Amino acid sequence: MKKFLSGNEAFAEGVRLARPQVISAYPITPQTTVVEALASMVEEGSLNCEYLHVESEHTALSAAIGAAATGARTFTATSSQGLLYMAECLTYASGGRFPIVMMNANRALALPWNIYGDQRDSLSLLDHGWIQVYAENNQEALDLALMAYAVAEDERVSLPVMVNVDGFALTHTYESVEVPEAQAADAFLPPYRTANRFDFEQPVNIGYSAGPEFNRYYQYWHHRDMLSAEAVVEEVEARFAEVFGRVYPGMVDAYRCEDADFVLVTLGSVAGLARDVADELRAAGKRAGVLRIRYLRPLPARLIAEAVGGAAAIGVLEQDISFGDTGTVFTNVLSALGRLGMARPAVNFIGGLGGDDISRDQMRACFADLERLAAGQSAAGRVVFLGIDDEEGGPR
Amino acid sequence: MTVNARNITDEEFFYGHKACPGCGGALVVRQVLKVLGPQAVAALPAGCMSATGFNFPQLAFGNNAMITPFGGTAAVLSGIQAGLRAQGIAADERTVVGFAGDGGTADIGLQALSGAIDRNDDVLYICYDNEAYMNTGIQKSSLTPFGASTTTTPAGAREHGCLTSKKSLFDIVAAHGIPYAATASVGYLSDFLKKVERARDVRGCRFIHVMAPCPVGWGFPSEDMVDVAKEIVDTGLWYLAEYEGPALSGVPGGAFRLNRNPKAFKPIEPYLRRQGRFSADDGADLAAIEAARDARWAYMRERWA
Repeated sequence: MKKFLSGNEAFAEGVRLARPQVISAYPITPQTTVVEALASMVEEGSLNCEYLHVESEHTALSAAIGAAATGARTFTATSSQGLLYMAECLTYASGGRFPIVMMNANRALALPWNIYGDQRDSLSLLDHGWIQVYAENNQEALDLALMAYAVAEDERVSLPVMVNVDGFALTHTYESVEVPEAQAADAFLPPYRTANRFDFEQPVNIGYSAGPEFNRYYQYWHHRDMLSAEAVVEEVEARFAEVFGRVYPGMVDAYRCEDADFVLVTLGSVAGLARDVADELRAAGKRAGVLRIRYLRPLPARLIAEAVGGAAAIGVLEQDISFGDTGTVFTNVLSALGRLGMARPAVNFIGGLGGDDISRDQMRACFADLERLAAGQSAAGRVVFLGIDDEEGGPR
Repeated sequence: MTVNARNITDEEFFYGHKACPGCGGALVVRQVLKVLGPQAVAALPAGCMSATGFNFPQLAFGNNAMITPFGGTAAVLSGIQAGLRAQGIAADERTVVGFAGDGGTADIGLQALSGAIDRNDDVLYICYDNEAYMNTGIQKSSLTPFGASTTTTPAGAREHGCLTSKKSLFDIVAAHGIPYAATASVGYLSDFLKKVERARDVRGCRFIHVMAPCPVGWGFPSEDMVDVAKEIVDTGLWYLAEYEGPALSGVPGGAFRLNRNPKAFKPIEPYLRRQGRFSADDGADLAAIEAARDARWAYMRERWA
């Protein structure tokens, strides 16, 4: 059924269809309307689950871990400082191999205090062992709620998934969304079954310590199984397309990249504007492409390299900065290209910080910069702050 | 049936662990699991009992058990309980029990504990109190008593140990209106086990704060542990009490009870002098400790006796 939904409402619809057995919820802007919508669903009886009103994000994830250890399907959601507040628990969830799904409403980090969207929250926690995926629109947000469980719970993976939804740009923006029927969702996502749970016939110790002589095996298995998620994502999306008829492109979403001279790489909702501007350039006879990375962990290194390997210049536009270095997506993309021997001249555009709009003109300027880079007319390796480096009179 | 020394099970649920000789905390875990039985689900945060019990491949729990983030004991208990409830498993079939130390409870875990009590989640939380962060090497917690030397309140010429007095965790928990809370000591084991049994059979959130001396951190011979745990009660420096919430007691605001209310206390000096941690305390310190004890008892006797 078509509904007019915000990103948060759409995501909540996806969670309802996934039938979690335990939800732990603590409010933070701009995530709040997800947990509000879920509370209403529980109240009206359209979602049958245990809804825990926890007193912090640390408890939200700790409780989800406890519930997952009983074999229950669990959900929680957070944003920004809340994600950082539960950061300690992220590694307990991933190291414990609990397939918890968490929505993160991407939001800036303090200070300065700011409730609006950027992606520094999730990107600063890339190394905590979670699968990370970024939605572009509200339909994808809803669909990812379902697909995230299918990927997380696959026994080859058994890892938690963080579904990132751009704060306000998606969470509070309304779009027409197709909400699947419950029957179809049930066919797509069967109840969660796992051996990684308490057992009352053969009791188990879960989440113990492992010293230097064993620790490396756990880290290696975690890494290996994270990598195997790449194939599982493809399978899950193929099955999703069969059941629901919507086709997703896998770990990355390449747009007009095949013959592109220059490609802009980005994440999340800004990709639409990037494709739009690429189309303008194509109409003017310039070969521009856009690569939207959907899954940043596991990093689809080969797919990134294949998509942009033919280009003469690459730009990465992202809504975060690793202070004293570059944007984190830039680091990852360059790492992927470098280790596959496909390094290209690249420039890093930092924009949209703290909810700042990335305008069409700025997007055009990014592509114009890339065009010059591809022609060898500008230097590679620059970090360009949109709205600062391009300001009249230069940076202040 | 009331558990006692004659009828308690010979079955063991916590063994093969690496706790120090004479560990009060290990005695707590071992005895509580005997009362709760093989269907109990235990959660333990970072701390002595997880550090000594959860060393792969030497896993010391015979029942279902898991480790939790340091401050997340009560949160994980809530999650386990919710997960079991969602799958139709009633709380009276399987006790969900947490074991956390004084630091893990009164300091870093206090917020999560407060949340679990507020939600009245059907779990049993046991704080084994050895009066400092023992696992990390004897650092002060908010349950370290006045005058005790720890590695972060080292006794010297200027200061003789911890300058703050023990936070009253029991009162804080009771102020939530929790269905059942108690204090206990491993020196009075049958009193403790009766309270565990009581707590097992009360529905909703339950809390027991049990004194569990640490020979290493307190500085006494390991064979003296139970005796020290008795003496801390006999000197009045610890107390045995219960709180029943409004539902259980029928009293608005709930009801307190002192399980032991002696006419006279044993002198504190022999108790303090047998432990290395109080060795720097002088007469004035001892007088301050005694005065604080008397003030606390005056408070409890006036309201609870």
